[in-house]
Amino acid sequence: MKYLPLLWAQLFRKRTRTILTLLSVLIAFLLFGLLHAVQTAFESGADAADARRLLTTARYSIIEPLPMSYLARIERVPGVAGVAFADWFGAKYQNESNAFPVFAVDPARYLDMYPEFAIAPEQREAFGKTRTGAVAGQRLADRYGWKVGQKLPISSEIHTKADGSLNWEFDLVGLIDAEDPAVRGNTDVVLINVAHFDEARQFGKGKTGWYVVRVVESEQARAVSSAIDTLFMNSPDETKTAPEKEFAIGFAKQIGDVGALVTRILIAVFFTILLLTGNTMAQSIRERIPELAILKTLGFSDRAVTALVLGEAALLLVLGGGLGMTAALGLMPLLNGATGGRFPPLFVDGSSWLLAALIAAGLTVAIGLPPAVRVGRLRIVDALAGR
Amino acid sequence: MAWLNQVAQITLINLQNVPRRLGTSLVIVVGIGGVVGVLVSVLAMGEGFRHTLASTGRSSRVIMLRAGSDAELSSGVAREQATLLAGLPGVARDGEGRPLASAELVVMVDLPRKGQADPNNVPFRGVQPAAFTIRDEVGVVEGRRFQRGVREVMVGRKASRQFAGLDVGSRIAFRDSDWTVVGIFVTGGDVHESEIWADAEVAMSAFRRTGFQSVTATLADGSAAGVAGLKEAVSRDPRLSISVLSEPEYYARQATILSRLIGVLGYSVAAFMAVGATFGALNCMYSAIASRQVEIATLRAIGFSGAPVVASVMIEALLLALVGGAVGGGLAYLYCDGASLSTLNFNTFSQVAFDFRVTRGLLARGLLWALLIGAAGGLLPAIRAARQPVTVALRIY
Repeated sequence: MKYLPLLWAQLFRKRTRTILTLLSVLIAFLLFGLLHAVQTAFESGADAADARRLLTTARYSIIEPLPMSYLARIERVPGVAGVAFADWFGAKYQNESNAFPVFAVDPARYLDMYPEFAIAPEQREAFGKTRTGAVAGQRLADRYGWKVGQKLPISSEIHTKADGSLNWEFDLVGLIDAEDPAVRGNTDVVLINVAHFDEARQFGKGKTGWYVVRVVESEQARAVSSAIDTLFMNSPDETKTAPEKEFAIGFAKQIGDVGALVTRILIAVFFTILLLTGNTMAQSIRERIPELAILKTLGFSDRAVTALVLGEAALLLVLGGGLGMTAALGLMPLLNGATGGRFPPLFVDGSSWLLAALIAAGLTVAIGLPPAVRVGRLRIVDALAGR
Repeated sequence: MAWLNQVAQITLINLQNVPRRLGTSLVIVVGIGGVVGVLVSVLAMGEGFRHTLASTGRSSRVIMLRAGSDAELSSGVAREQATLLAGLPGVARDGEGRPLASAELVVMVDLPRKGQADPNNVPFRGVQPAAFTIRDEVGVVEGRRFQRGVREVMVGRKASRQFAGLDVGSRIAFRDSDWTVVGIFVTGGDVHESEIWADAEVAMSAFRRTGFQSVTATLADGSAAGVAGLKEAVSRDPRLSISVLSEPEYYARQATILSRLIGVLGYSVAAFMAVGATFGALNCMYSAIASRQVEIATLRAIGFSGAPVVASVMIEALLLALVGGAVGGGLAYLYCDGASLSTLNFNTFSQVAFDFRVTRGLLARGLLWALLIGAAGGLLPAIRAARQPVTVALRIY
């Protein structure tokens, strides 16, 4: 620690150069923080998944409906603690297709299935009692300026009412929210009471989209999944049941390998930084060879001088990396505000910081080690003679 | 003229010096190459996606959906409506007087990508016989067309490359039915190459559907007036609640969300990288002029004015940037151009396969970015070089 002022003095010997280098390291880590957050957001569906929840969909495609009569039959499967269901409404709001997802659900069953969704008890009760009721995610309500108690006019692209109209209207009776940012993205949804929906729609009565099943013990997930699928095997509506996590991962994979794309971009970024900083560092050490020789003359050991140079590289990366990650952290609320809930919330978690620290350590070695070793081998006479 | 001569001479001296400053010069080249490479590759992805959707459909054709639905998957057209639509006078007819209209069923089937196990929503389209006359761009490259009334499918070339088990002769199981792949087809690289096609009637019974999703038809009058006329006829008929869209209009709409997303990603990443690279270029040019401090001062002492010095530093920065931009664009072209990718199109909730397209426009845009970064990185050092008093600069030793 007592060498910190010396390191600092070395680092800022050429102020402009060091500041410019620091800024480019900062930018690289800022980009890392942001892109890693995007990747996490894409994969957070899997993180937020509950190991005791399973999803049952139609076997051949998620868009095929399943009969509502399956509810009672799934409930009787041993190991099942609770069942909920949801149907895809195909919302069009203010002429924007799929502005947000709308699910037709049984209020009590669905909210019991997702205890991580926070809702005021009286609002929950109102949702259960109001046949035309709906609850919306807090972020959606903020985005569109909805207030509890108002009418919510939402069209469907799929479900016609008995009169052939696609225009539906619901009563907004409550808001749902979540503490955990990984879960919060899942609350960007409007839930409508299936009671009114199923009664009023023209086609598809008595059908629903998918079932959510809670098992008593997570170890039973596999057994219960296959028990459910066996139950409906060879029926006109066969099912496919999988843990929620697998389903979320599978869905993320439909989009493609976001992780690989982000990784490739970041490799390009850090490779550039490596060259840039490495070159500056090497140049700055070259210019200071006489000074370093004087340090040795004063009694600093070879190893100490090597450590000093490595320490300088480490200081540069810790400063730049730390500031960059902090800047990414600071930008998050701004970005989340700008996307207005159209994108799951971005956040920097512990794993981002850890990975950033590892990258910084790796770069320190790659950038600092070559000049450090060279300086350690330096012979005082040669260095002072300028040879 | 004398001024230009001065610029040329100093620039020449600078450039001859570049090899001696190879390390720092490389920093500019690599830094800017990285920015341009990433920018061009990400935008090439967006370009490929847009191209795939934009090349789908012709303005002489229309697609008819249920009013209020923006995509085929959410639309529904009953059989009676489909018959009414096909019979409208605005729809062209073939030599035997049959309407050139194909009522089509679109469902999603789950297929894993090659080498993976997770299901993907691959579009499965049941088409009527007229579909092949309407879409005369359809060509079979392997095998044959499916036969009517039989559970046979033909697969778009891009789908067969992305997803497992879609080679000619293989069998695929969807919903209590087994289908045989009998052919691979192309449609000029458009979105239908990501689909699986079968006979509409067979598909309807297999998937237990009673209605269609859309009707695609060739216009009797292929101009804008023809579309307007058909729209008019449809809106007058109280039995029809149908929206009529020209194909290019419909498919352009399907590209909105994803191309916006790719554009935002590409430009924001490139913008950040560009700022980083500018700092790198600044650093590099500062040290370039620092190492030539005495030389520049000497030139000024013997009568060269400041402006040619500024110009020469700028030219050097721009040239290095240009090399960087060319390297980045070239790498993007080598590695990305033509690579295929398949992703979920949020507008249609189905998989669409497309190729990266590194176009000339994108390469030009990359070079422009490179020059902007070079200019930003060169200007301040250039001004400093010219401003430094000769006496101070020469007193270095």
